[in-house]
Amino acid sequence: MELTGSQILLESLQKEGVDTVFGYPGGAVINIYDDLYDSSIEHILTRHEQGAVHAADGYARCTGKVGVIIATSGPGATNTVTGIATAYMDSIPMVIITGQVPTPLIGNDAFQEADMCGITRPCTKHNFLVKDVRDLARTIKEAFYIARTGRPGPVLIDLPKDVQVAKCKFKYPETVSLRGYKPTYSGNSRQIDKAAKMLLQARRPVLYVGGGINSSSSNAELIKLAEMTQSPVTTTLMAMSGFPQGHPLCLGMLGMHGTFYANMSVTDCDLLIAIGARFDDRVTGRIDSFAQKAKIIHIDIDPTTIKKNVAVDLPIVGDLKDVLGKLCDKLSEQAESLQKLVKNTAKWRETIDEWKQAHPMGYESSDTIIKPQFVIEKVRELTEDNAIISTEVGQHQMWTAQFFQFSQPRTFLTSGGLGTMGFGLPAALGAQVAFPDRQVIDISGDGSFQMNSQELATLVQYKLPVKIVILNNNYLGMVRQWQQMFFDRRYSQTVMELPIDFVKLAEAYGATGLQATEVADVEKVIKQALETPGPVLMEFKISSEENVLPMVPAGKGIHEMVLAS
Amino acid sequence: MKHTISVLVENEFGVLARVSGLFSGRGFNIESLSVAPSLEPNLSRITLVTRGDDRILEQINKQLNKLISTIKVIDFTGEEYVERELALIKVAAEAESRAEALRIVDIFRAKVVDVTPKSYTIEITGASAKIDGLIELLRPMGIKEIVRSGPVVMGRGAKGVAS
Ligand SMILES: Cc1ncc(C[n+]2csc(CCOP(=O)(O)OP(=O)(O)O)c2C)c(N)n1
Ligand SMILES: [Mg+2]
Repeated sequence: MELTGSQILLESLQKEGVDTVFGYPGGAVINIYDDLYDSSIEHILTRHEQGAVHAADGYARCTGKVGVIIATSGPGATNTVTGIATAYMDSIPMVIITGQVPTPLIGNDAFQEADMCGITRPCTKHNFLVKDVRDLARTIKEAFYIARTGRPGPVLIDLPKDVQVAKCKFKYPETVSLRGYKPTYSGNSRQIDKAAKMLLQARRPVLYVGGGINSSSSNAELIKLAEMTQSPVTTTLMAMSGFPQGHPLCLGMLGMHGTFYANMSVTDCDLLIAIGARFDDRVTGRIDSFAQKAKIIHIDIDPTTIKKNVAVDLPIVGDLKDVLGKLCDKLSEQAESLQKLVKNTAKWRETIDEWKQAHPMGYESSDTIIKPQFVIEKVRELTEDNAIISTEVGQHQMWTAQFFQFSQPRTFLTSGGLGTMGFGLPAALGAQVAFPDRQVIDISGDGSFQMNSQELATLVQYKLPVKIVILNNNYLGMVRQWQQMFFDRRYSQTVMELPIDFVKLAEAYGATGLQATEVADVEKVIKQALETPGPVLMEFKISSEENVLPMVPAGKGIHEMVLAS
Repeated sequence: MKHTISVLVENEFGVLARVSGLFSGRGFNIESLSVAPSLEPNLSRITLVTRGDDRILEQINKQLNKLISTIKVIDFTGEEYVERELALIKVAAEAESRAEALRIVDIFRAKVVDVTPKSYTIEITGASAKIDGLIELLRPMGIKEIVRSGPVVMGRGAKGVAS
C-alpha cells in the first residue's frame, strides 16, 4: 500500500518508539497535523516553538530517549533555533521536523520560507532536506540513529510540503549504513592499561566528570572507579546529578562558581582524569594555570574534544561505560597495588578535607530576609530524592548547582553550554510529560521566567503539576553581580523596574500562585505547593544583592577565587 | 605550516557548505579549495590547503572526520604525493615584450591558449610553487588577470584513497 509522506513520517516515528511529540502547527505542516488528528502519538501543543524544543530537550535529558519536535516552515522553524543550539551544546538527542515550502518554490523567497538546513548547520549534529518521498523513511531512520548514538545531538529534517503529500510504498529500513559515521565505542585496551598504571602511580588523583556520564548512563561505573581507588570526584554543571553530591569523595562543582576545595584539588592534583567532559572555559578559567601539576587522561566518545583546549597525556576514545568498565576490571586484577594506591593517596584526601574545613560551601543565613540558598535547601529537604529539577540561567542556576545536593542521575536539567534563559520552564514541562508521577520543579529567576512564561498555559492545559520556584531578586542578578564586582556597581539595564505580580500571572493562566515574603513563609509555601494538585508558581522575595560565591573572575586561574563579597 | 588535505565526502546536498562552514565557524584558515566528483560517482573529492600549528591541524582533521558526510580525510603533509594546479594567466604582450613572454612560457613548459595583438593568455599546469614562479617572471610585463584552480593532489604508489 502506498502512504503519503506525512503518513510515512508518523509510521516511522512509531517504529522508532516515539509516543510523544512536542510542536506547533502551521501551513507547511498542516498535512502532518491532519494525520496526527487520528494518530495514537500524543502531541503536546506548547505556546511557542522554542518551548516545544526545550520541552523535548527536558524529556530527552531525564529519559535518555530522543526528543521529537514538529514545527512549521519559516517563523515556526526559526523559533526552534535557540532550542536546537541549546541541545547541541549539551549533546542532547533530538529530532526536529520542520515543514518547508514545496520543493519547486525553494530558493524563491516563498511565503514562510527559511533555509533551515543552512541556518542550523552549525548547531545540529546533522541535518537533512528531503526532496523525494522515497528517501523519507530512510532519512528518519538515519536521523534517529545519528541523534542517539555516539556523542548524542539534535538532528533536523526539513520536509517540504509537496513531499508530505507525495505517495510511495512504505517500508521502514531495518538497518542503517552510513559510511562516514562510525563512532568508536570500545576503548583501546592498551590505552586503558596505561591509564590503570598511571592511576596506580598517582599520589593526588582527581576525577573530573562531565555530562557524558549521564548520556552514557555509566554512573555506576564511575562510583565503582571512585570508590575502589578512593579518588575524589568533581563534577561540571552538566554532571551535578551524575555522581551523588553527598558522597564522601564528592568535591562538588569546579570552575567559575566551583567549590574552593574542588578548584584547589584540580590545581594541585598530579593526575586529572577527564571523564566525558570537554574543558569548557567556565571550567578551566585561565587555561595556562589549569591543572599545571597534573598528567591528564581524557576519556571521551568524541575525538574532537580531546586536545582541543588542553594538552593531554593519554587520550582514550570510547563509550564511558565501556572504558570505565574495563578500567575497573583492570584495576581489580591488581588488589595489592590498589591497596597501596589507597594508602599512598590518604594524605591527599586529608589535604582536601582540610580545604573543605577551611572553606566549606555556605552562605550567611538570615532571620529577616529570605536567602535564595535557604530556599533551595528547603526545596531539597521537602522533595523526594528522585525529584527532577530544572533551572533557568543566572544566579539561581548556580545556587541550585551548589546547594541542591543531587543524588540520582538525570535529575538536574539545566542549559550548561549555551546558558539559555527560558530553558527551565519548558524543560520541566517535558520532564513532567515523561514522568507524570514524579515531582518536577523549575527553579527560576524573575528575569528568565519571563522568557517562556507562556508555557504556563501548556502546563495547565495538560494538567502537568510542575512546581515553579521563582527566586525574585528584582534583578538580572547574574549580570548585576558582574556589574557590581567589575563595573563599579553601574547597574546598566539589569534592574527589573516593573514589578510583576507573579501570583496573578499564574492565576491568569489557571495555575495556583503563592508568595513568600518572610523567612517564616518559606517552608509553608513549599509544603503547600507540593500538596496542591496541578501547576503551582511560588514566588520568593529574596535578598536582592546576594552574590554567587566563590567566583573566579574572568581571566584568572581557578585557584584565584573570590570567596566573600 | 601549510597542509594539503584531501577529503572524500558523500556527494550530497549542502556538503560543501558543511566543510566550508566548519572552517569559517571555527576560525580555521582556508587558502584554496577544489571540489569535483571522484572515482565513485556518489562521492566527491575535496582538496584544500590550510595553515596552522599541530594543535589546529589535529582539530581540523578531527572536525572534518566528525562530519557525517565525510568518508575519509588525508593530510598529505610528510607523505609522498603528486601535486598539480592549473592556472590561466592573461599577460600584456605588445611589441618588444612578446618574444620575452614566449621565451618564459617555453621555459616553464606552459602554453599560449589565446592571443590578441595586446595580450597572451597562458595556461600552465604544475605544482603550485611552479605556478608562483611563472607569475613572478611575468609580473613585470603586466599581468591583467589570473585564475588558479587550487592544487589537487594524489598520493604516490599503487594504492588508491578509497580502498
Ligand atoms: C537568552 C539569554 N539572554 C541573555 C542572557 C545573559 N544572562 C545571563 S544570566 C542573566 C540574568 C538572569 O536573570 P534572572 O533570570 O532573574 O536570574 P538571577 O541571575 O537573577 O538569578 C542574563 C541576562 C542569557 N544567559 N540568555
Ligand atoms: Mg533575578
